[in-house]
Amino acid sequence: MSAADHPVLDPALAPPFPVAALPVLRNVQLRKNVAHAIDVIQAKRARLVAEKRDWQELRSAAAAIKDETLANLGAYLEQFEERCTAAGGHVHWARDAAEARRVILEILREAGADEVIKIKTMTSAEIQLNPFLEAAGVRAYETDLAEIILQLGRGEPSHIVVPALHVNRAQVREIFSRAMGLEGLSDEPKALTAAARNYLRQKFLEVPTAISGANFLVAETGGVAIVESEGNGRMCLTLPRTMITLAGIEKVVPRFADLEVMLQLLARSATGERMNPYTSLWTGVTKGDGPQNFHVVLLDNGRSSILGRKTERQTLRCIRCAACMNTCPVYRQTGGHAYGSVYPGPIGAILTPQLEQLRHAQSLPFASSLCGACYEVCPVKINIPEILIDLRARVTDQERHTVGKFFDPMYVGLRVANVIFSRAWLFHFAQWAGRIGARLVTRRDGWIHRLPSVGAKWTQTRDLRGLPKQTFHEWWKDREQGTEGPRDQGNKGAEAR
Amino acid sequence: MRASLFITCYNDTLYPETGRAVVRLLERLGVELEFRAGQTCCGQMHANTGFRGEAFSQAKRLVRLYADAEAVVIPSSSCVAMMRDQYPGLFEELGNETLREQFRALVPRVWELSEFLIDNLGVEDVGAYFPHRVTYHASCHGLRALQLGDRPFRLLAKVRGLELAPLANLDRCCGFGGTFSVKNGDVSSAMLTVKLEDVLATGAEFCTALDNSCLMHLGGAMHREYAPMKTIHMAQILASTQEHPAEVMG
Repeated sequence: MSAADHPVLDPALAPPFPVAALPVLRNVQLRKNVAHAIDVIQAKRARLVAEKRDWQELRSAAAAIKDETLANLGAYLEQFEERCTAAGGHVHWARDAAEARRVILEILREAGADEVIKIKTMTSAEIQLNPFLEAAGVRAYETDLAEIILQLGRGEPSHIVVPALHVNRAQVREIFSRAMGLEGLSDEPKALTAAARNYLRQKFLEVPTAISGANFLVAETGGVAIVESEGNGRMCLTLPRTMITLAGIEKVVPRFADLEVMLQLLARSATGERMNPYTSLWTGVTKGDGPQNFHVVLLDNGRSSILGRKTERQTLRCIRCAACMNTCPVYRQTGGHAYGSVYPGPIGAILTPQLEQLRHAQSLPFASSLCGACYEVCPVKINIPEILIDLRARVTDQERHTVGKFFDPMYVGLRVANVIFSRAWLFHFAQWAGRIGARLVTRRDGWIHRLPSVGAKWTQTRDLRGLPKQTFHEWWKDREQGTEGPRDQGNKGAEAR
Repeated sequence: MRASLFITCYNDTLYPETGRAVVRLLERLGVELEFRAGQTCCGQMHANTGFRGEAFSQAKRLVRLYADAEAVVIPSSSCVAMMRDQYPGLFEELGNETLREQFRALVPRVWELSEFLIDNLGVEDVGAYFPHRVTYHASCHGLRALQLGDRPFRLLAKVRGLELAPLANLDRCCGFGGTFSVKNGDVSSAMLTVKLEDVLATGAEFCTALDNSCLMHLGGAMHREYAPMKTIHMAQILASTQEHPAEVMG
């Protein structure tokens, strides 16, 4: 990938989705990697979901747990704070990304850390923590295999569970051999993981400070839960003296027992496993075992603004399993980089613009054909198409009176169409006028091969059959009047192609 | 049985042969069909592009137009899905109680064509004859919003002479998505390419569906690529008999 094609994952700076998708659509190798990876995960997921007879009940239960939490979010967060503090942890509240970064840096300074090891956390990517720490003189080392690949290869995540799924083995070999100075490294998975392990073991032993995200916060116990596949998280939780957990405020669940529902859904939906290999649960500080200095940073960063809207509130049920992007036909073509955010795919298309409070990422709600596959697989039943449509309305309300959009051909077309559809006679007149106009662009084979303006986007890859000589309602009228004749056949031009 | 046909705006304008087929098919099955001249559009295009107020005014118009209809038959799953899934929200937000009441009374009487045949009329064998190899594309709205399930297959199975060619990745979207196809034209085209590969691999003569919108998309690419396959709405297959074969166009 050339420097010009380097993906921008900051919603404030990223180009709109249709533009950001172009370099990816040209990158055949990347699209192949993405399609292959998600097809494999999806097939595994489908097998394991099929064996679960109470899958739909589990989904409903999870949605209900999350809804109950969100309806009383403040109370559950305060309960979490109280219990976590009682267990020896420190809880910090961060209104936005800047505050969260500041809090984390202060803790690191206090601990005297100039290096930190990280368990995979998308929330830290959301607040762009690594470059901030780097600038402040703290070197962050990713320990998740995929994150290492991206960090060493200076890549950007394109998926929330498998962030490097757009990179294939040969590319990983290249990155590792260059960054670790390993000539003659093979691209066998065994050799690659061994290289990563050698690189990591040293960090685990040397760096006494760690940062994690959280899959769940348990209000009842003040505990934190992390699920992972590689064991690097477990290492980070065992050896360091200081541990900082960064978690979005929506990660809380009321009771420990709620994990029973959530963990069954998460592993199956995320990686197509009955259970993820490592589930770590810890509560505050345990004397003589694990980190003795434990902090939780609760991040809002736009989340509470979503709470007030009945439909959109569902967004905060998300448990970040990525099943929606694995099944999404749009994501399958574009991968994650086109979404201009660390949260790609259908969930990103609804989450990112809301976190940005619609100041950025306004093109994302339109980056969907509304096929509904995401809703079908979502383990917490987020009706993503419904939210996409709601957000489209909010974006349109915001934009339609701006000069640029007021004269935009599509906006003009939709306003005109609305007038046309308001009266049948106007509709019929427009059909007549359209038929006359279509003659100008219809070829002798009865098809339209090239359209002007917005229509050009259609005809760049598709033809359109010319307009028939008689509409249906005209045929019906003739038939009622008993004059149904040769016009019935209509559309002769189109027949002879 | 009396029923009112809502043909939908784009079928009226672009695919009148589908409407003619619905008329022939349902009249053959003894349904007394009427067609209300005031109909235009269900509002889906506006709703899905963010023009909520406009979508509401069209939705309101449609509900009032059919308030006294015994049954409304629609040969387009996406327009039926629009009514069932989006009208409640629109009326909740912008409508009044009278309108909501009118809608609640109407919606159980709104039928997608294959639902109307199987669930209302109780027929699977409609007496059709169509001696061709056909593949069926499940439109996303028919598949997920309406949960049509095996209804289309049950209808096709009883068509004499028809050989069904199974389509791989049946649940994958063709990439149309209404204004998505031009707003995100490049992504939409990439999705279409993938879908078309599966469709053409069936080796069928025809690709059929219960939505002309998907078929317009697939058929447009078939024509552009000189593919040896045509598209045809399922109503036309079901209306087809030995004496009156389907009007095949494009």
